Amino acid sequence: MNNNVSAVLKRELYGYFHTPVAYVFIIIFLFLTGIFCFYLGAFYERGQADLEPFFHFHPWLYLFLIPAISMRLWSEERKTGTIELLMTLPITVTDAVLGKFLAAWCFTAVALALTFPIWITVNYLGDPDNTVILAGYLGSLLMAGGFLAIGSCISALSKSQVIAFVISVVICFLFILSGFPLVLDFFQGWAPQALVDVIASLSFLTHFDSINKGVIDLRDLIYYLVLISFWLYANVVVIDARKAL
Amino acid sequence: MPAIEVKGLDKRFGPIHAVRNVSFSVQQGEVLGFLGPNGAGKSTTMKMITGFLEPTDGTVLVNGHDVLTDPIRVKASIGYLPEGAPAYGEMTVRRFLEFVAEIRGYKGAEQRQRVDRVVELVHLDGVLNQTVETLSKGFKRRVGVAQALLHDPQVLVMDEPTDGLDPNQKHEVRSLIKEMAEHKAIVISTHILEEVDAVCSRAIIIAAGQILFDGTPEELKSQSESGDYDDAFRAITSRFYAGQGEATQS
Repeated sequence: MNNNVSAVLKRELYGYFHTPVAYVFIIIFLFLTGIFCFYLGAFYERGQADLEPFFHFHPWLYLFLIPAISMRLWSEERKTGTIELLMTLPITVTDAVLGKFLAAWCFTAVALALTFPIWITVNYLGDPDNTVILAGYLGSLLMAGGFLAIGSCISALSKSQVIAFVISVVICFLFILSGFPLVLDFFQGWAPQALVDVIASLSFLTHFDSINKGVIDLRDLIYYLVLISFWLYANVVVIDARKAL
Repeated sequence: MPAIEVKGLDKRFGPIHAVRNVSFSVQQGEVLGFLGPNGAGKSTTMKMITGFLEPTDGTVLVNGHDVLTDPIRVKASIGYLPEGAPAYGEMTVRRFLEFVAEIRGYKGAEQRQRVDRVVELVHLDGVLNQTVETLSKGFKRRVGVAQALLHDPQVLVMDEPTDGLDPNQKHEVRSLIKEMAEHKAIVISTHILEEVDAVCSRAIIIAAGQILFDGTPEELKSQSESGDYDDAFRAITSRFYAGQGEATQS
């Protein structure tokens, strides 16, 4: 990681923790993961020593919480005009995009790490397979990265954080849904099976579930890394294109 | 080699032709005042010189580096104060300047030295630990100027550096510009004509994206009978707009 990426990364993290954004996000995140896990996920009633009910709801939590983090990445810079300052400093667009994305990702990693009491709870109550739990955390973090990359790219398109938020949620929703019959049935009737398979394989859920079961398949890792790279690349293209407008 | 060489710069925003075939160059030791009515294309031209916007046509060379093919080198050698002096509101002045210094490639003791130097230069000592968003307009502008001077650049581009400052602060910034002028090529935009007299060695008047006048302040003054900048400015721009009116009629 070069000097410019880390400079932007540090500045962004500074921005998170010197505004209420970080604290509000972390508190809401912890609160909601708790509620989902214990009530909707029936953590106790299942009587199983694992964190399946905890991770199960992460895609749905991320659907709304991650765009709330990513919406400000570029929209705010556009709105306040600081993008002109940033992009006239000797830094490449790629470095700026990476720095901002990594900062947001580090931040979600911190929020995720703060859910550790639930890990302690399950270890106290039973004898879970901790490698499966670790895989679950890894899968969750990768999925958060995917959502963030989408959100970052979308936020570069608009000055308005509200627009960035709404569009990011919709696109993330499509990425979650693409594994569901709702979407697949729509294509099943007329599209070739190969295309249907491709669409199904784009789903966050398909890849998340398998990691969540403790199976770290190289294909799932590659899926997330390709997804993140693709959206970050699109992000760079969007910022570059704005120069010529 | 001129420090800044603007060659046939052209910019369209959809149907709006903001800058039309603008060419000029600035030598080291010159302070170029960029004048013009609001919306004349001053800021757009500056944004293209500093590599924030891409020209539709033409290019800019800064110290011989082409802004289109070598933007990082160009950005490294320019100090730029964008319009409105944007800065990250949640950061303290010190942290903000350190951030800019870090991207400019300064670390450790050298970074501290650089920051301390500009803080002294534009008198920011009193507000160093205040966040930028709590500052008055004048202080914000000075933070913007400080940021632009961090790396002691050979080329300085400032969009309305004295806008929003009180008379004392204006005087300070102007003396600062004059002090630095000898070793730098400086471009400032303004719509305050007295500024031309106070700091500039050369003036360009731009309206509707075109250069209408390029010369010394004395030459500008001689454009009017009364020898007054305001009259000269009005004479030049009204002649231009009158000409345009005829063109559209014919």
